[in-house]
Amino acid sequence: MEGISKSFHGIHANKDINLSVESGEILGLLGENGAGKTTLMNILYGLYQPEAGQIKINGRPIRITNPMESILHGIGMVHQHFMLIQNHSVIENIALGYKDTPFFFPKIKIREKVASFSRQFNFTIDLNRKIWQLSAGEQQRVEIIKSLLNGADLLILDEPTSVLTPREIEELIHILRQMKADGHCVIFISHKLDEIMNICDRVVVLQKGSIVGSADTNQTDKKTLARMMVGRDVVFNISREKIDRGPKILSADQVHVAGDMGLPAVKGVSFDLYENEIFGIAGVAGNGQRELAEAVTGIRKIDSGKITINGKDITNLSPRHIYDHGVSHVPEERIRFGIAPGLFLYDNAILKQHHLKKFSRRYFLKYDQVKHHTRGIVDDFRVHTHSIDNQIKNLSGGNIQKLILGREISEQPQLLVASHPTYGLDVGATEFLRHHLLNLRKQGSTVLLFSEDLEEIFELCDRIAIIFAGEFMGIFDSDDERLCEIGLMMAGSNRM
Amino acid sequence: MIRLSFTDRYKITRLRALMTNIFSLAAGLVVISIIFLIAGVNPLFAIAEIFQGSFGSMYGFKETITKAIPLILIGAGLTLAFRAKFWNIGAEGQLLMGAIFSTWTGLAFGNTLPSFVIIPLMFAAGFLGGALWGIIPAILKIRYAINEVISTLMLNYICAHILTMLIVGPWKGASRFGFPGTDNLPEASILSVIPGSRIHYVTLILAIACAAILTLVIYRTRFGYEARVVGENPDAGKYAGINFFKTTLILMAVSGGLAGLAGVGEVAGIHHYLSYPASVSSGYGFTAIIVAWLAKLNPLYTIFSGIFFAGILVGGDAIQISLGLPAATVEIVNGTLLIFLIMGDYFLHNKINVTFSRA
Repeated sequence: MEGISKSFHGIHANKDINLSVESGEILGLLGENGAGKTTLMNILYGLYQPEAGQIKINGRPIRITNPMESILHGIGMVHQHFMLIQNHSVIENIALGYKDTPFFFPKIKIREKVASFSRQFNFTIDLNRKIWQLSAGEQQRVEIIKSLLNGADLLILDEPTSVLTPREIEELIHILRQMKADGHCVIFISHKLDEIMNICDRVVVLQKGSIVGSADTNQTDKKTLARMMVGRDVVFNISREKIDRGPKILSADQVHVAGDMGLPAVKGVSFDLYENEIFGIAGVAGNGQRELAEAVTGIRKIDSGKITINGKDITNLSPRHIYDHGVSHVPEERIRFGIAPGLFLYDNAILKQHHLKKFSRRYFLKYDQVKHHTRGIVDDFRVHTHSIDNQIKNLSGGNIQKLILGREISEQPQLLVASHPTYGLDVGATEFLRHHLLNLRKQGSTVLLFSEDLEEIFELCDRIAIIFAGEFMGIFDSDDERLCEIGLMMAGSNRM
Repeated sequence: MIRLSFTDRYKITRLRALMTNIFSLAAGLVVISIIFLIAGVNPLFAIAEIFQGSFGSMYGFKETITKAIPLILIGAGLTLAFRAKFWNIGAEGQLLMGAIFSTWTGLAFGNTLPSFVIIPLMFAAGFLGGALWGIIPAILKIRYAINEVISTLMLNYICAHILTMLIVGPWKGASRFGFPGTDNLPEASILSVIPGSRIHYVTLILAIACAAILTLVIYRTRFGYEARVVGENPDAGKYAGINFFKTTLILMAVSGGLAGLAGVGEVAGIHHYLSYPASVSSGYGFTAIIVAWLAKLNPLYTIFSGIFFAGILVGGDAIQISLGLPAATVEIVNGTLLIFLIMGDYFLHNKINVTFSRA
């Protein structure tokens, strides 16, 4: 790719970018949220058209106007959010994207082909299972097979590890190494330094749409890369000062919650939360974390059990009443629950708080105060926007997230329920947010932190519970030696 | 090779919005001209006639204002419902229900109460009637997840038939000599008009006041905020602790209620008795959907879009008479203009870039 430029709303997403990949190479593309990584790859995959520059394959300039053409040129892409049809089987999904699929009886012809590919890369997937029955890691493998089957020489993976468990990440790395040995090349998009160092041969760092550096991974280190990416030094290990915990805030007793399908998702969970404490719930996604968070914050009904805050029963109160008891919530699906996309930034900045005296008289909202409050959040949390009179849907995912976090934290809640708060955030924003959580703890708040990121859990939490299949495998102090078994506990064995 | 690409225009100035609308209308008029040519009429003459008939003469202008009254009232109410993404297609039925309620009130008390009591009472009854008819689909939607487009649309027919049943049955007036329709409303319950016109000014003032107040409600109040959040993203509304049931109920009561007020105006201001549904309303409930949309869901702007559309209705009547064109011509003019205005909206929000390149 030579001299690629692309802009949205007059802001450069990519500016004069030169990038090359050789066969048998794994290239890392590193950058903060909104640095332009995904845009660049979407141009290569034909989803966007560059405003300037050209793409060459084997030295020959080509023009890619849609994904079909890029597939013919041997480029495959696995998106961050998988493009699979949930109700169809694995084989049907593969057949759908395959260029030589016959019109009649499509599955028979390609079944053997898929099977041989699976053997080559040690995939073990039942081809007849429906996509929705598969884990995120398995779905990703289906996407990879799809691309390889279409003859992809260059495979683009957009943040492939963000949805995977540690074990699945190992398997993915294994697959990538094998592809490399076969002469494929891979572009690996990530903002996680460890992975880049571990997987890639070479890394290119993007910042605000431009390339700010590149290096061979065996000749650089994490610190250097982080500085390139953020433009300043980043502290990797935040020190958590010792604070004695205060009185009990929340108590959950034998809580049972049903999931979306009506099946039990949380099965008899009990725990207490105290002031000046960060309580972490670690576990692989889909083990009841979302249901538990929604139950505590009142979005989801509790089937049985009891939750009290400061001794007052809040079981099955409305979300607003629970909010009024001092409980803030950073939801897991932020775009789905956290914002009204077509409304302005300042409208979104008071979602859930609009009924407070601060922002409203009896019937009218005090828009002056609301705007003032919004400007505060935008400044404090470094939300990039040209103005607060901007529809929030125009912001990037990371910026929306910062606004939501700002909204939920700025009111100094007594209890903050935070689900994967740093998911999708870049190094700089993550560091900033973790500091904020520790600050809340210092000022007497409690944080209930749901996270899959063990590094985050260990860095922040005073106590850690491991959740598996809706039950706690145990609750530990963060310095408990038994936590070295945490991986096994997350996988459901070794109950303590 | 010429390539077109579209990019979002994220800042829209008022001037650009105005110019886009004017340009769209002009483009629409060109297409309408072609239709007139096919019909064998000089398009310039026909368009001049429409304008002359609606805004160009005193008589026409008064008629335009008269027809704008229900359009503004209903249109303003619809903006609220549409903001919350409640697709209320049932304003026609809500108008008729308002007409039924107020006619009953007028006939029952008009002979005993003075004008300054009975008229507010009739407006209150009309609002209540429209509101009740609006609340039904709201409850159906919230409690039983029944699509409001279907239910509001169907309730129009039900209401029209209830009205017909009343005027051919129990409410048939003795003074009608066997023809369907109620007796005339008593003198005290009839709205006075601006002399020399049919403009029942009380309803006109009410319409403009409602549009202004609703604008304030939508943009400045907690309720308006909650309605907008629910409309944008019901899940976020739930997360924010907004009572979906209450919000939807109130906004449909208001939306239906305003249509009910329009019904009061038509009965007490124009016809003075309850006759067939088609003559009580002549489709205002549906035209108002376009009025609300054209006003970009801003109640205040329905004052202008309401007058504009009333003008087209009146002008259409005029060319029917003077040029002998079929009644459907008005609908064609209406529809064409609307399509062009909607298309203009796309070009307002998206910028088109034309690039020339060698393939």
